[in-house]
Amino acid sequence: MADLNISERQAGDVTILDMSGKVTIGEGSVALRNTIRRLLGEGKKNILMNLGDVKYIDSSGIGELVSSFTAVNKEGGTLKLLNLTQKIQDLLAITKLLTVFDTFDEEGAALASYD
Amino acid sequence: MKFSIPSKIADIDGAVVRAVGFAEELGFDEDSIFGIDMAVREAVANAVKHGNKLDEAKTVDISLRNLADGIEIKIRDRGAGFRVEDVPDPTNPENLLKENGRGILFMQNFVDVVEWHNHPDGGMLVKMVKNH
Repeated sequence: MADLNISERQAGDVTILDMSGKVTIGEGSVALRNTIRRLLGEGKKNILMNLGDVKYIDSSGIGELVSSFTAVNKEGGTLKLLNLTQKIQDLLAITKLLTVFDTFDEEGAALASYD
Repeated sequence: MKFSIPSKIADIDGAVVRAVGFAEELGFDEDSIFGIDMAVREAVANAVKHGNKLDEAKTVDISLRNLADGIEIKIRDRGAGFRVEDVPDPTNPENLLKENGRGILFMQNFVDVVEWHNHPDGGMLVKMVKNH
């Protein structure tokens, strides 16, 4: 089984990525990078990452979130985060990245923020 | 416990699993296990990527030792070494959007002691202690 599973849903012009597993050095980070690259290639620039079922993320995974964020911004899109676990929230606080990412606890509020 | 791995990204996870298994036998709580997992993963990843530069002929040596009130973890690479004070602070505003450079910050946050030494036989040695 892959380290990271990513399934996609579309809500208007927002692509929701339901992610589960681990975003760590190696497969998990590569899977995320490839997904973001493909979505941008398809013109899908508004992306909401649902991290509710991501149980573990290391510095490489955090780096991949940052890299995704800058890649999406560069294309004129917006990447936001949904359903952070307490541990991921702690990691984003340690790295001061909570000041960078827009984060949400409710999908409806997250989607409304793209309007 | 002592073991070595080749400098392959795919072997990092196995090293972490063995180290965490050792720590679990020592009775660490769930939060401490998470911290040990994170610190070992970052230290081994640094050794594989930055120390040994993914040269599979070079090993990363991991040793774990039970202390009276915690665990000592040592991780050695065969690289040229570096000075921790030369590593940019990833929380500085100008570094926030950089992809790399957060591993040392995580290690410092998740264990009680982390020290970097030049090994007398070459390479860098990271020594970490996590208390119960």
